[in-house]
Amino acid sequence: MRFIRPNFKSLIAGSVAALAMGTAAFANKPTPGGWWLQDAASPVMEELTRVHNIVFVIICVILAVVMVLMGYIMIRFREKANPVPSKTTHHVGLEVVWTIVPVLILLGMVVPSMQLLYLQDRLPETEMTIKAVGNTWNWEYEYPDYENVDSFVANPLEKAEAQAKGVPYLLAADNALVVPVDTKIKVLVTSVNNMHSWAMPAFGVKMDAVPGVVNETWFEATKEGTFYGQCSEICGALHYKMPIEIQVVSKAEFTRWVANDGAFGSQTAALNTATTVAAPK
Amino acid sequence: MVAIPDTGYSSYDENDEKPGFFARWFYSTNHKDIGTLYLIFGIISGLIGGFLSFMMRMELAEPGIQIFNSEHQYLVFVSMHGLIMIFFMVMPALIGGFGNWFVPIMIGAPDMAFPRMNNLSFWLLPTALICLLISFVVPGAAEGDGFGGSWVMYPPLSTTGSPGPAFDFIIIGLLAAGFSSIFGAINFITTILNMRAPGMTLHKMPLFAWSVLVTAFLLLLALPVLAAALFMLFTDRIEGGTGFFDPSRGGDPQMFQHLFWFFGHPEVYIMILPAFGIVSHVISTFSKKPIFGYLGMAYAMVAIGVVGFVVWAHHMYTVGMDVNLKAYFLAATLVIAVPTGVKIFSWLATMWGGSIRYTIPMQWAIAFIFLFVVGGVTGVMLANAGVDTYLHDTYYVVAHFHYVLSMGAVFGIFCGFYYWFGKMFGVMYNKYLAAAHFWLFFIGVNVIFFPQHFLGLNGMPRRYIDYPEEFELWNQVSSVGAWITLAGVGFFFLMLIEALLINRKRVGDNYWGEGATTLEWTLSSPPPYHQFNTLPRIEESDEH
Repeated sequence: MRFIRPNFKSLIAGSVAALAMGTAAFANKPTPGGWWLQDAASPVMEELTRVHNIVFVIICVILAVVMVLMGYIMIRFREKANPVPSKTTHHVGLEVVWTIVPVLILLGMVVPSMQLLYLQDRLPETEMTIKAVGNTWNWEYEYPDYENVDSFVANPLEKAEAQAKGVPYLLAADNALVVPVDTKIKVLVTSVNNMHSWAMPAFGVKMDAVPGVVNETWFEATKEGTFYGQCSEICGALHYKMPIEIQVVSKAEFTRWVANDGAFGSQTAALNTATTVAAPK
Repeated sequence: MVAIPDTGYSSYDENDEKPGFFARWFYSTNHKDIGTLYLIFGIISGLIGGFLSFMMRMELAEPGIQIFNSEHQYLVFVSMHGLIMIFFMVMPALIGGFGNWFVPIMIGAPDMAFPRMNNLSFWLLPTALICLLISFVVPGAAEGDGFGGSWVMYPPLSTTGSPGPAFDFIIIGLLAAGFSSIFGAINFITTILNMRAPGMTLHKMPLFAWSVLVTAFLLLLALPVLAAALFMLFTDRIEGGTGFFDPSRGGDPQMFQHLFWFFGHPEVYIMILPAFGIVSHVISTFSKKPIFGYLGMAYAMVAIGVVGFVVWAHHMYTVGMDVNLKAYFLAATLVIAVPTGVKIFSWLATMWGGSIRYTIPMQWAIAFIFLFVVGGVTGVMLANAGVDTYLHDTYYVVAHFHYVLSMGAVFGIFCGFYYWFGKMFGVMYNKYLAAAHFWLFFIGVNVIFFPQHFLGLNGMPRRYIDYPEEFELWNQVSSVGAWITLAGVGFFFLMLIEALLINRKRVGDNYWGEGATTLEWTLSSPPPYHQFNTLPRIEESDEH
């Protein structure tokens, strides 16, 4: 049985890509071989990255201190170096210090953490609303603000289809959610059967789609382009295959798209309607 | 005085006479035999659960679907790996195995308070495991056999999403395992509170007994909630039954998550606290020093247990909770870092000034501290509700909880296993085979799980059979780690065969020498079939 075929080419390419990440161009999807957060494309994700980095530094320092201390103890107090053990079993001062210091560190951490939480969770005045409905296994999008834009279903692409279109398999959908850039958008998330989770890493958004509950969250995309997310709550066999694709366009382009009944050109409008009518797989 | 008739045997065996094979191992009421049964059961379950995870890791070695017949089958493996490792490997080994073996001895008691209930506790577990194994081969969902809704069993995926009987078997199995644990918990609490030897006050009790006492209270309070939630799922699944979690009948699927995690979070402490206890003994023994800050250590475990009950919703930050509630759970979760820090620093202070011997159990204990700190600090990251929005349900979480469980709890198990190996079986392991086991296992699990932090940060969601090729590199590395770990497991079994069947090198009462001060080291190895016919007396001056 062939279990592992070490793919050295991709290993090397991956490490190079990982090393070059600091200088790499903006990526709107996972980085090949990446080992860090995806690039931020919303104010919430920028703040999230900042808080993550603060906490990351703190936990690395804690880890380093504990490891260095343990390494020192392991060498200094090995049997050969210290044949006669001490009998100390209490030191109130020390015990107070290692209780108080972590409390102070945590208090320091709580402030940025709470700021992020409230920024992310308290909805600002949003300028438009979209609704994402999870189904097994696709997403249906509605634009309640625009009566002329029909709701449509975003189905996953098969591998051959994705390759033919030149889009990433398991990330790209047949229909993208289209939203304007620099606009505060409220997202209503719900489900019609199993639980799902509507996630867009680049925007710092993840909201469970729960049947019988309409959850709300928000985002403001600061960059134009196509962004990818994946369903993030186990929902059955094709859990891995219900991608979330968002196309962020300029405000003018979005106005045209709405005026055109949710299509980018008169020709594609007809096509789009056709796919909307098609029953979900 | 009544004359005792001479019947030719005494029910109370000074001669260490054991019952016949079948009566000894199948009707067993002896805490040491039941402990051994639990350990054997844990090893068997560990093999099953480990096989499931190995197949998952092989599947994920490269993008595409290679090994599994269907996506559903993969999810069945994911779900069963979680359930089997938690309920049938870690808990039986730590609480049933070492708890049964050493809690009575450490507190100077002849046996557990309720020996027959102890027997029932054990035999419910194989029954439960059989139910879970049956669920593999009976219809689950439309997509195939078995239950693929993950160990968290969230409805509606576990109700309308898995209509077949597979999940009913799991419910029955988990109810049986839950009752087994509740009986075990009652037994431990009664034993520890009532059967301590004269002079053995709670504040003189060894830390392992403390850890099992706290664990038993957690089990007693948490498992009934799981049992209730499972039963509600069961009645929800019946055609025309209840609608607790069905929104179309006024129910709420989020309520299940609250019930589940009200059990599920204490459950993670149930798995780690006994490991804390074992590691404390090992560190103290091989530093040749009493444990540093004994009372702080004991009450840190109590604090972890208490706070562990009020942080459950940090598993549900993305479910759509009120923001103030999230803020509370964020703060409460961070509080747990404080008593955990006390434990880590006290272990280091115990080693400080000691005369440290790097025996096999000590290597596992030091590795435990390292891995637990790594898993602990990523826990601090995940406690931040805002950051968790990004990391929730990604491989970062998988890496985190495997660092604290698959490496924390499991390293605690192996630590105890090697520490007490001679005491339990009367023979010594081969230290080269044991060292090979340790190093391969230590390197292997790190290679498996460290890269999963990278996968999670890069956004790879959990429970995916196939993934975008951007995630290939670290998945490949992770799968290489599975092979290394497998080799480590191979050496574990070589070690067992060599020690138990081939070499059988006998050991003395206290083969660790000076640092080993608890009561089990005053007995022979293995201890007599009935110990402490005359109760030991703990002197006032015996200090920790």
